[in-house]
Amino acid sequence: MESLTLITLSVITAATPLLFAATGELVTEKSGVLNLGVEGMMIMGAVTGFGVGVITGNPFVGVLAGTAAGAAMAGLFAFLTLGLLANQVATGLALTIFGIGLSALVGKGFVGVTVNAMQRIEIPILTDIPVLGPILFGQDPLVYFSFILLGATAFVIRKTRVGLILRAVGDNHDAAHAIGYSVVLVRSLAVLFGGACCGLAGAYLSLVYTPLWAENMTAGRGWIALALVVFATWRPGRLILGAYLFGGITILQLHAQGAGWGVPSQIMSMLPYIATIVVLVVISGDKAKIRLNAPAALGKIFHPAR
Amino acid sequence: MIRLQTRGEASRVMALTAPLIAVTLTVVTGAILFEALGKPAGPTLHAYFIQPLSTRFGLSELLVKATPLVLIGIGLSIGFRANVWNIGAEGQLTLGAITGGALALAFYEVDSPLLLPGMLIAGTLGGMAWAAIPAYLRIRFNANEILVSLMLTYVAGLFLSYLVSGPLRDPDGFNFPESRLFHDAATLPTLMQGLRAHWGAVIALFAVIAAWVFLSRTILGFQLKVLGDAPRAASFAGYREPRLVWFSLLLGGGLAGLAGVIEVSGAVGQLNPSISPGYGFTAIIVAFLGRLHPLGVLIGGLMMALTYIGGENAQIAIGLPVSVTGVFQGVLLFYVLACDLLIHYRIKIGRPVGVKA
Amino acid sequence: MQNFTRRHTMLSLAGLAAGAAMTAALTAAPQTALAQDLKVGFVYVGPVSDHGWTFRHDEGRKAIEEKFGDRVSTTFVESVDEGADAERVITQLASTGHGLIFTTSFGYMNPTVKVASQFPDVKFEHATGYKRADNVSTYSGRFYEGRYVIGQIAAKMSETGVAGYVASFPIPEVVRGINSFLLGMRSVNPEATVKVVWVNSWYDPGKEADAAKALMDQGADIITQHTDSPAPLQTAAERGVLGFGQASDMIQFAPETQMTAIIDDWGPYYVARTQAVLDGTWESSDTWDGLAPGMAVMAPYTNIPDDVAAMAAQTVADIKSGAVHPFQGPITDQAGNVVVEEGAVLDDGALLTMDYYVEGVDGVLPN
Repeated sequence: MESLTLITLSVITAATPLLFAATGELVTEKSGVLNLGVEGMMIMGAVTGFGVGVITGNPFVGVLAGTAAGAAMAGLFAFLTLGLLANQVATGLALTIFGIGLSALVGKGFVGVTVNAMQRIEIPILTDIPVLGPILFGQDPLVYFSFILLGATAFVIRKTRVGLILRAVGDNHDAAHAIGYSVVLVRSLAVLFGGACCGLAGAYLSLVYTPLWAENMTAGRGWIALALVVFATWRPGRLILGAYLFGGITILQLHAQGAGWGVPSQIMSMLPYIATIVVLVVISGDKAKIRLNAPAALGKIFHPAR
Repeated sequence: MIRLQTRGEASRVMALTAPLIAVTLTVVTGAILFEALGKPAGPTLHAYFIQPLSTRFGLSELLVKATPLVLIGIGLSIGFRANVWNIGAEGQLTLGAITGGALALAFYEVDSPLLLPGMLIAGTLGGMAWAAIPAYLRIRFNANEILVSLMLTYVAGLFLSYLVSGPLRDPDGFNFPESRLFHDAATLPTLMQGLRAHWGAVIALFAVIAAWVFLSRTILGFQLKVLGDAPRAASFAGYREPRLVWFSLLLGGGLAGLAGVIEVSGAVGQLNPSISPGYGFTAIIVAFLGRLHPLGVLIGGLMMALTYIGGENAQIAIGLPVSVTGVFQGVLLFYVLACDLLIHYRIKIGRPVGVKA
Repeated sequence: MQNFTRRHTMLSLAGLAAGAAMTAALTAAPQTALAQDLKVGFVYVGPVSDHGWTFRHDEGRKAIEEKFGDRVSTTFVESVDEGADAERVITQLASTGHGLIFTTSFGYMNPTVKVASQFPDVKFEHATGYKRADNVSTYSGRFYEGRYVIGQIAAKMSETGVAGYVASFPIPEVVRGINSFLLGMRSVNPEATVKVVWVNSWYDPGKEADAAKALMDQGADIITQHTDSPAPLQTAAERGVLGFGQASDMIQFAPETQMTAIIDDWGPYYVARTQAVLDGTWESSDTWDGLAPGMAVMAPYTNIPDDVAAMAAQTVADIKSGAVHPFQGPITDQAGNVVVEEGAVLDDGALLTMDYYVEGVDGVLPN
């Protein structure tokens, strides 16, 4: 039982950054904007979070700074794609190139430096409950926040007027514009929110997951987060399934290796990717339902005729 | 207040001027960036943009680098017109390298003029097979091709790593993870003596022309153009989605696979775990830089190739860190993408016409 | 998708060309470098700030600059892909006046040999490969010697007798390190074992940390690694498990956890080779140096009792003197075949190509 607890703890740590970034990207895409720059925004969040964490000595300030850095990158993206109507796909990819370079440049001085990592919350007595205690009550604060954020996002999208506007803009910008909503404003806010979440995900990597700064330390996690939004068919609840499925299989294959399975490690490392495809195939049965959730105007440039 | 007004027709003047403005802005920004980092702006920009274009070696390398970008970009641009989001070209390239390379290794002892064409076909088929998976899963199970093609990219990379560490490993290679070097019969001939540019560049150019003819002279091509311009009109016109999905993915995958086998046969000369520095992803940028037009893809591919080679050159000549080349590349792309605006819109300063104060 | 005509694309092309021409006009021709005795070029597979493999090579480059001052200048190119890019970068270095070029990753072997044949007057040094020519030397470190030493420390400090090994790619260099570590452990505790997890990456802090956690979850109470980031060591520190640094001294990341580290020290070799070129005495050679010449160096022993530190220091001395060889017979592989008889040591050829686990490694190495 104890090893089950330990595995679950590892899975939670691996899934949390994916969940943050995917939640942000989901909101961005719901508004009809496809931002492929997740990796670039995450890495800027990681370096800024780490740097500010080092300078202030306070990991919470670092996380806030990382979040702001992600939002700033998203602001650049919004300016280019919504203000200057640049192509979203190419601009997002350029944002990733730009972010990886810029983070390496500003992070030069932080290589080999250590930081005060964010500590887990230890609630006396509750944490001591066998199996579930450490899982439910012994996480770092951001793990709880990831669930709160996702729950709030799901609630806002589905139940509130703000969510209605967001979906309207994402499904048909011309109609939303005709009704009188500011498409550009709504989309800009959604993009900024997405960037902030990606920055937060990056800061989680450099301040909690592995408290250090290294170039390229996101190592492709931004791409996985992007894929998870598609996996979830733009439904927030399914992001949890996706992030925990991917994180879970990643951890389990490492455990299987440690247990001495004689399968080539490359084949084992393929499993999280293959499992994600297989589960997507299983849950994608209802075409109409996917259409319903997918933002119809995704990636399309909006310019009002008048 | 600043407003954008749609031009009735794309501006010819701006089509010429917009890239000029983008280049000027990039040069100015680059100069400031380089000076701020203590690098002399003039020589750095010279090393970046001029030096690679001023030697035969540099031009040859430009072709080597642009060949896979253009080939893949052509395939992707046609698929993107049909709104099929294949972002796994990198994986399809890898599979093409594997199937084509495996053929070269299987017939290692054979010196036949048929080997090379066979490899090119095998590579194309390998890329198509890998792209057929997302196509089938989308048609049959509604599985989104963005996720499937992207995930399969990682699988392909690991598969290649497995193969070169095991079954395809050089038997005399001290168990290092790479294959034998291909023989001459399995190597694409070069275009010029002593330089690396190879016949792959000619194949890429042929692909550009073929795509151009396809889009402007065939019915399917015309349909794709319409689809890209007005998706709603297309759906009313009753295009069959499965056919478009299959066509787009197989074409994109096939060209990516072809690029993969050309890369290992022409530029690398063997299979190893790192045959591509992300050509499949960069080609997505190339496709959109080229506005999904074959000629544009050709220009976009050459431009992206130049920024990579220029970055290496600036490291060697000026000692510019690789991180700065990334920043600079990003800035350049931002300007080029943003300046497209000027072709299709007018910038108006003042109140909208007809609105009384 | 905006409609875009052929003509506009042509015009854009012309615009770009004009832009390029303008850039040419705006920029001065590059100044020629000051006359020097030698320019030394380096090709790196990662960024210099990776704090691991490439960082250590760059420290070696700096040792050249420090030693020779104005007589020698150095150039490096970071993050060069091991595909088609490598040959271009190496050619560029060779054709821009670099008289000595170090290519510091295995994947550069064939490009290095190919470029070397086109530049017979330039000296090339390729790290970790096996192909040489009149103007191509190879060099590598016997870091497995250090792994034998840390294996002994691990066995002394472990309560469970199980160590965890975070590994990168299943290549001979890494397999050799695992075996040497295990043999070091078994020289102290014949029952000790090592569990191995491969992460298929040289540098992915998150995944390395996950691998270390998985190993500790399965009972390993010592963590060691053949990946470049300090993440496994940090993860061990979180759980109060001891570990070792890799490539660099990583003590600042885990002051109460690191027992020692195997440091790659390329500086002396790089300085010597540069000196040889300056003196005109450079010859193609194959160098495989370990603890004795100081290409592998042990970081200070910390967080271990004095007697264990003394044992480690003694083993280092014995390896240097040749009294101890990590691969001293009898050694059996997992199938029970004797690979080295009693009294013999494994030769360099067998070490270079090692693709099997020795008896005692917990797990199967698939081929």
